[in-house]
Amino acid sequence: MMQLLAATLSFGAFALLFGVLLAIAGRVFKVEGDPIADNIEAMLPQTQCGQCGFVGCKPYAGAVASGEAEVNQCVPGGERTMLQIADMMGVEPKTVEDEASSPMIAFVREDECIGCTLCIKACPVDAILGAPKQYHTVITDHCTGCTLCVEPCPVDCIDMLIKPELLEHWSWPLPDTERSRLAMERKGQHAPYTA
Amino acid sequence: MSKVTDNSSISTSLLAPVYIVPIKQHIGEVCTPIVSVGEQVFRGQKIAKSQGYVSVPVHAPTSGKVVKIEEHAIPHPSGMGLPSIFIEPDGNDTRDESLKPISDYREKDPAELRERVRICGVAGLGGAVFPTFIKLLKDQRNPIETVILNGIECEPYLTNDHRLMIEKSKQIVTGLDIIMHMVGAKKAIVAIEDNKPDAAEALRKAVESQPEMKHVEVHLLPTRYPQGSEKQLIQVLTGKEIPAGKLPMHIGVLCQNVGTTWAIFDAVVRGNALTERFVTVSGDAVPRPGVMRVRLGTPMRFVYAQHGLDHFENIHLLHGGPMMGERLKGPDVPVVKSTNGLLAMHSDTMMKAHKVEQPCIRCGHCGVACPINLVPNLLADQCRSDLFEKAESYNLFDCIECGACSYVCPSNIPLVHYFRYGKGQLAQISRAKGFADASKERSEARDIRIEREKAERAAKRKQVRAAHKPKPSDEMKTEAIKTDEKAGEEKPTDEKPESKGSES
Repeated sequence: MMQLLAATLSFGAFALLFGVLLAIAGRVFKVEGDPIADNIEAMLPQTQCGQCGFVGCKPYAGAVASGEAEVNQCVPGGERTMLQIADMMGVEPKTVEDEASSPMIAFVREDECIGCTLCIKACPVDAILGAPKQYHTVITDHCTGCTLCVEPCPVDCIDMLIKPELLEHWSWPLPDTERSRLAMERKGQHAPYTA
Repeated sequence: MSKVTDNSSISTSLLAPVYIVPIKQHIGEVCTPIVSVGEQVFRGQKIAKSQGYVSVPVHAPTSGKVVKIEEHAIPHPSGMGLPSIFIEPDGNDTRDESLKPISDYREKDPAELRERVRICGVAGLGGAVFPTFIKLLKDQRNPIETVILNGIECEPYLTNDHRLMIEKSKQIVTGLDIIMHMVGAKKAIVAIEDNKPDAAEALRKAVESQPEMKHVEVHLLPTRYPQGSEKQLIQVLTGKEIPAGKLPMHIGVLCQNVGTTWAIFDAVVRGNALTERFVTVSGDAVPRPGVMRVRLGTPMRFVYAQHGLDHFENIHLLHGGPMMGERLKGPDVPVVKSTNGLLAMHSDTMMKAHKVEQPCIRCGHCGVACPINLVPNLLADQCRSDLFEKAESYNLFDCIECGACSYVCPSNIPLVHYFRYGKGQLAQISRAKGFADASKERSEARDIRIEREKAERAAKRKQVRAAHKPKPSDEMKTEAIKTDEKAGEEKPTDEKPESKGSES
C-alpha cells in the first residue's frame, strides 16, 4: 500500500513538474508567425512575379504551408525549388508545368517614355528609377524579370530582354549536353583582328 | 617523353603587328582603361588601373599607338570576351622610365617593395594568376618561416620554367632573396623534380655563388603529377597539410613559382612592369617547338607562326598544359599572364584521349589517384544528379581540378568536367540566393512604404474633413468606415496601378 502511494505521488509530482516546465517553455520559446511558411519563403526566388497566382512570394509560401496551394506553382524556381518545397511539406513532387524562361530583365526605351510613373508603381522590388515627366530607367542589377511593369505602360515602351551572361558568372556546362555544344560554337564566333 | 623542348634555349618573339591587351589578366576584379584611342603609349606604361584590392594594373607591352578599345575574345573556357586595348607598335619599343631600379633592396622597407610588385602588375605566372603582392605580406600573426621556390613544373610538355631556371638562375635566386627579405623568412627551399637535374644544378650553383644565401636548400623530388600544385608541394616538403579553407601562410609557408620570382626580380631590380612572359610552344603539330619570351597581348596566331605553324585545320590548340589546360577554338586570342604553354596537337592524337564515357565500375582508381583524398566517383555522381549540396558536404570545393582521376579512369569518365559543372552550379545557387534575399528586402521595404503612405493619406483626409465639418460626431463614423472600405478596396489594386493612378 505504501509502495503504491509513493509511486502514485512521485509520478504525480513529476507530471506536475514537467507540466509547469512545458508551460514556461511554451511561453519563453514561442515562435512568432508560421515557421513552415517562413522556411518555404526562404526557398522561393523572390521575383514577386505572381506567376503562381498569388500577389507575391510571401502569400504563396503561406498558401503552400496551409495546404491551399500546390508545391509546383513557382515557375521561376523550377524543378529545384519544387523539390525543396515538396521535401519540406512531405508530399509527393509534382512536375512544374510552365517552363522557366532564361533570366530576363526589363528595359525602358527612353525615347518613348512619357514619364507616367505607372511602371515604377508596378515594380515589386523598386527596381525602376524615375520621376513624373522624367525618363524612367530600370536598375538592371535589381530587376527580377517579373514582367509586371510591361502591362501598365500606356505607350508600350518596356521590352523584356534576355539577361546578358557575365564572364564572371559563367559556369561550366555538363559534359556532352546541348549547352556545352553551344559554348564551343560561340568560341568560334570571334573574327580575327585585321588592322 | 613529352617534354621535347627542354634542351632548346629560349628564343624571343618578334614584334607583333598588333597587341591585344585584355583589361583583366588575373584572378580578381577587372581594371579600367586609362588611355584613350589615338594616345601614344610606352612599354611598361600603365594602361588600365586596378579596381579593388584583389587586382593588379595592366601595362602596355611595347611603345605605340592605341588604335581601339573594344571587346575581344580572351583565352577562357566560355569563349567570351573582355574589353581589350589594341596597340599598334611604332617599332621603337621605347620604355616608360617612370619606375627606377632598386638595387639595394635589402635596405628598403618591405612595404615599399610590395607596392612596387603591385604596380608592376605581377600575378602568379604558374597559371593561377593570383595577384602576387597579396601573398608577399609580412604579417605579425602569420610569420613566414619558409619560402618555397616552386620549380616543379609537373605538367607534361611544359618546359618554360625549366629553361628559365637554367638560363636565368642567378636572377631567380636574387628574386628569391627579395621575397625572403619582404616576408622576413629565414629559410628557403628550392623544389625541383628529378627529371630536371640540369636546372637543379644551375640553381645550386647560383645559390652557392651568393654567400648570404646559405639558408637556401635545393631539393630534388621524384617526378610525380600534380606535385607542382601549391598545397601538394608544401605537404611533400614540410609534411604539413594545409587545412581546408586555409592558406599556406597559416602554417608559415610561402610558395612562389620560379617565373613569378623572376618577374619580381625584374620589377624590383630593373623597374620593369610585367609585359612579357615565357611560354612553351609545343605539341606534335608544331614543326619547331621551343620556349619563347613573348610580350603579353601578342596574338597566338603570331606566336605559332614563328614556330612554323600557319594552318590550323584538324589541329587542336591548348592554352596551358595537357592536364589542366583549356582547349582554344582558334588562334585569334592574345597571350595573357596565365599563358604558360601553347600546345598544338593533331586531332588524331588529341582524340585518342577522348573516348566514349562508360558506366562507373567502382574500381576506386580515382580515389587512389586523388592527391587530396576525395572520393571522385561519388562526387561525379552527385554532380551529375544535381545533388550539389551533398557534393559540397563531400568537400567538392577542395578539388584542385588536376585531372588525375579522369586520367586513370578505365571507363573514361570526364570526372573533372563534372566537378567543374558542380562548382559552377553551386556558385550560381549561392548567387541566386543572395539576389533573392536582396529582392525580398526591397519588396518588404516597398510593402511597408505603401502601408505607411496609405495610412498617411487616410490621416490627412481625416484631418481635412474634420477641419471642414464643425460637428463631426456622426460624420466621423461614416468617414472612418469609408476609409476602411477604401483601404480594403486598394489591396487587390496593387497589381493594377492604373486604378491607383486615377485615384490619386
